[in-house]
Amino acid sequence: MAEPIGRRHRALAAVLVLGLLVTACSSPPAASPTQAPAASTPATVAPSTPTSLGETTLGSNESDENPKLAVQAIVDYCQTKAGITVKVNVNDHNTFQNQISSYLQGTPDDVVKWFAGNRVRFFAAQGLLSPIDDVWAEIEQYMTPGLKAASLGTDGKAYFVPVYQYPWVVLYRKSLFAEKGYAIPTTIDEFKTLGDKMKADGLVPLAFGDQDGWPAMGTFDIINMRVNGYKFHIGLMEGTEKWNDPRVKKVFETWRDLLPYFQEGAPGRTWQDAAKTALVDKKAGMYFLGTFAVEQAGDAAADVGFFPFPLFGTEFDGEHAIDAPIDGFMLSANPKNPDAAKAFLKCVATPEAQVAYVTSTGIGSVAVSPQADTSNYTQVQKMSAEVLKSAGNIAQFLDRDARADFAGPSGMQGFLIDFLTKPTQDLDKYLGEIQTYYDSLPPQ
Amino acid sequence: MTGLVIPAGGGEASANARRSKALRRGALHAFLIAISLIWLLPIAWAVYTSLRPFEDTNRLGYVSIGGAYNLDNYFNAFEKGEILKYFLNTVIILVPAVILVLLLASMMAFAVSRYSWRFNLALLMLFTAANLLPPQVLITPLFRMFLILPLPEFLSTNGLFYDQYFGIMVIHVAFQLGFCTFVLSNYMKTLPKELNEAAVVDGAGVWKTFSTIILPLTRPALAALATLQVTWIYNDFFWALVLMFTGDKRPVTTALNQLKGQFFTDNNLISAGAIIVAIPTLIVFFALQKQFVSGLTLGSTKG
Amino acid sequence: MTNRGPSSLAPAPPASAGGAGASARPRRRNYSLLGRADRLTLGMMAGIPTFFVVLFVIVPTIASVVLSFTDWNGIGGLESIQFIGLKNYSDLFTIYKPFWPAVSHNVIWLAFFLLIATPLGMLLAVLLDKNIRGTRFYQSAIYMPVVLSLAIVGFIWILVYAPEQGLLNNLLGRTEQGNQISWLGDPNINLWAVLVAASWRQVGYVMVLYLAGLKSVDPALREAASIDGAGEVQTFRRVVFPVMRPINIVILVITVIESLRAFDLVFIINKGLNGLELLSTLVTNNILGETSRIGFGSAIAVVLLVVSVGPIIFYLMRALREDNT
Repeated sequence: MAEPIGRRHRALAAVLVLGLLVTACSSPPAASPTQAPAASTPATVAPSTPTSLGETTLGSNESDENPKLAVQAIVDYCQTKAGITVKVNVNDHNTFQNQISSYLQGTPDDVVKWFAGNRVRFFAAQGLLSPIDDVWAEIEQYMTPGLKAASLGTDGKAYFVPVYQYPWVVLYRKSLFAEKGYAIPTTIDEFKTLGDKMKADGLVPLAFGDQDGWPAMGTFDIINMRVNGYKFHIGLMEGTEKWNDPRVKKVFETWRDLLPYFQEGAPGRTWQDAAKTALVDKKAGMYFLGTFAVEQAGDAAADVGFFPFPLFGTEFDGEHAIDAPIDGFMLSANPKNPDAAKAFLKCVATPEAQVAYVTSTGIGSVAVSPQADTSNYTQVQKMSAEVLKSAGNIAQFLDRDARADFAGPSGMQGFLIDFLTKPTQDLDKYLGEIQTYYDSLPPQ
Repeated sequence: MTGLVIPAGGGEASANARRSKALRRGALHAFLIAISLIWLLPIAWAVYTSLRPFEDTNRLGYVSIGGAYNLDNYFNAFEKGEILKYFLNTVIILVPAVILVLLLASMMAFAVSRYSWRFNLALLMLFTAANLLPPQVLITPLFRMFLILPLPEFLSTNGLFYDQYFGIMVIHVAFQLGFCTFVLSNYMKTLPKELNEAAVVDGAGVWKTFSTIILPLTRPALAALATLQVTWIYNDFFWALVLMFTGDKRPVTTALNQLKGQFFTDNNLISAGAIIVAIPTLIVFFALQKQFVSGLTLGSTKG
Repeated sequence: MTNRGPSSLAPAPPASAGGAGASARPRRRNYSLLGRADRLTLGMMAGIPTFFVVLFVIVPTIASVVLSFTDWNGIGGLESIQFIGLKNYSDLFTIYKPFWPAVSHNVIWLAFFLLIATPLGMLLAVLLDKNIRGTRFYQSAIYMPVVLSLAIVGFIWILVYAPEQGLLNNLLGRTEQGNQISWLGDPNINLWAVLVAASWRQVGYVMVLYLAGLKSVDPALREAASIDGAGEVQTFRRVVFPVMRPINIVILVITVIESLRAFDLVFIINKGLNGLELLSTLVTNNILGETSRIGFGSAIAVVLLVVSVGPIIFYLMRALREDNT
């Protein structure tokens, strides 16, 4: 019996070895795009003679109904304008974010919708994007220096075309403020006074929900910028400043003092539920979030107003800094049709295209270009544009200004929730742990 | 065989025993009814929510009575949520996966249970171990393999396993093979060994023995396993979440997550989606309850 | 136990199911009787499934172990992988804050299943085994959550546990700021809240398994016991439970594995943050995402692997022993 079994074994082993070989040897076919560092053909784009450039593809992360329409609007606009065809591939937002790196390494679309700041910088540094300085040479006229800075890679080349943004603001119901005679607070003292009044009226002053981990980042950002200034905030995000700095401790102490005005139990509440308490049920007086939260108000959207987070009476008051994440488009490393793709990128940068994007559905976001025609804006958009105009410094958002693995669930999302559940904990130890975690991340 | 206590003696004692028996039965039913209601409540709650328009619950709160009750959310889930498209994706993955896993598992089970050779125990162990591993343990390399391994064009639109129906199907097959092989080999061991010898006398080869004699006899086990596998693969959330990129190609269980928007969430709509997604598995359960249960226990009663 | 295999296998078990006229000849087919073509066929029949399992399950598992000694962000070819020795493990055990909570949550999960969910399922099975009226309704109600995917279970329970809009707080009248119970947000209670949701499913699973097992217990055994004057509890403890040993083992193993595999539910709720950390979500959070820490995530996966291997071996030893008797 032993002899035939031995033979059987060998045959089996052969099958297994074959399997391993397939695994081991099959890297060549698909691996090439991952290595090739942006071999962008410096295409001499002929001043567009429409209909000659052919088709390009766009990977979009906008799967929600309204943003999806907005992407289609800008695509429609640019197809006619630039004489190209754009095939849009829509992907679920969260999946897109989770899998963006493998997507860019695999078989990405020519143009990819993405976020400015560190989020684009990281992929540029990994060689997964094409530099587009030639595009920027033509579109710089529509942009501001701040927008350009948010589009540059670490190598100083441009990799991103900004299109629209939305500010983080304090939202409220106008009718509620009118009914109770509340005034908009501009300083933190006024905010506290108003908060006390709201409490006396049986309201939660500031709605808050952080079950998803990211909303608390906006609160950290704004307090840090108010207390320590924009420059320190960006330094902290980029890792040049340390988390165990006493100035960061000041931020958390300030936040701790303000917590009595926040809706309790935030880690167990979705931001949508928090929006509902403030903007629908009027059980909370205010809500700090991006202007996209207006959509959650449903029928009451027209009654929603907002203002920038109050000032803290520090030397940085003059900065009027806010978070206003910028979204736009980038070019993948090996686009199939670079000419058409670049024509598309040049088109989306024009104020007209930006306006086509933001006015198609009339929700929250506004065009980034200062030259954009705001006459067709909704009330919410006009207010957003005002807030942005009055802001001296604009940060992106913690998860866009800082490296993604630091901002993610294992990092700041978890740390901030930890603070919210135990606000009285030893802050020195807490901040030390954050810095240790930061230092343990692999070099980028 | 209710009541294991046999009343001793007659007369008064037996009357007492009867009364206490009735009392006990009442208590039993009360307990079971309570448990059943508690168990059904969350599902009933989701159904209730799904029948109400978002505007009404927004105005009145979720725990309220009033406003409209209709099936709009269900229609919306079909229209806006395009649930049918995702159902189709599920079918594309599920049907071949179940057929293939049962075919391969019965072949494997046949080889290890009907023939004696040195490695069949080791192989059986390997298979069972593979089935019991948490998916997270292997996901990273698997993910990279899916990005590297080539596939011919007719199976894959991008030439890879990644982001393909075929890739998701294959991982289901590989992951479920262990359990199915285990169950089927146990079942096949109970078939008389003489069947093989009779087949040899008739001049049938190994394949013929398998396909015309053993496989038909295994049908009850196959039916049970099919029921189980349909439910398990249908309910998978993880593999498609990680190994499928294109939203439009996701199976329905994973796609449900997409109803939850980034900027706008309509719990009523998601409830309707959840109910719709649950319906096929519930139908499978009620229609094939017997198979389902025996499928679960096949692998277990005979360790 | 591998080397025990061949020797113990050689005398194949007598074909008890063979019925009358079972010959005394070796009951399993011997290879030497097979022709070349048959042997090839048989090799393919075993080889193809083995190929699938090895390629898609075993190889990735081994690769995970290798990757856990590296520092890799998942970008670039295999040549960009750097070996860093045990750094991932030392970081994991010392710096990485969620690790020890995750381990303890997995242990709590296991204990809760072993001590509450599983016994409750067994109790229900014993009660429902008595052919009482409405047993089909009870069984269906309790079993229903088992056919739902955990993703749906997660969603349904978010509706129940939401702070202002949730069913539970409304029933308890605890929706106002100040007296509200944050079922999913309070790290002291959210694990228990999730365990209730998970048990909602586990109880039905155990019940059905056990019910089927009970049906296979020879009624004569119980009758004998009751004639001896044993009460219900005693009959169960002395007679039924011991007879059910094989199925008890299976339930034990399933409970352990399900506890280690727990993932979907907490991932749907909050990606496993804030008191809901589990080893499986830590792995996922580190390897998914824009900048993944593959090596680090793999190290967590290896820890998960090591804890899983124990029950797997236990189960297989059982399976083998049964096989040989």
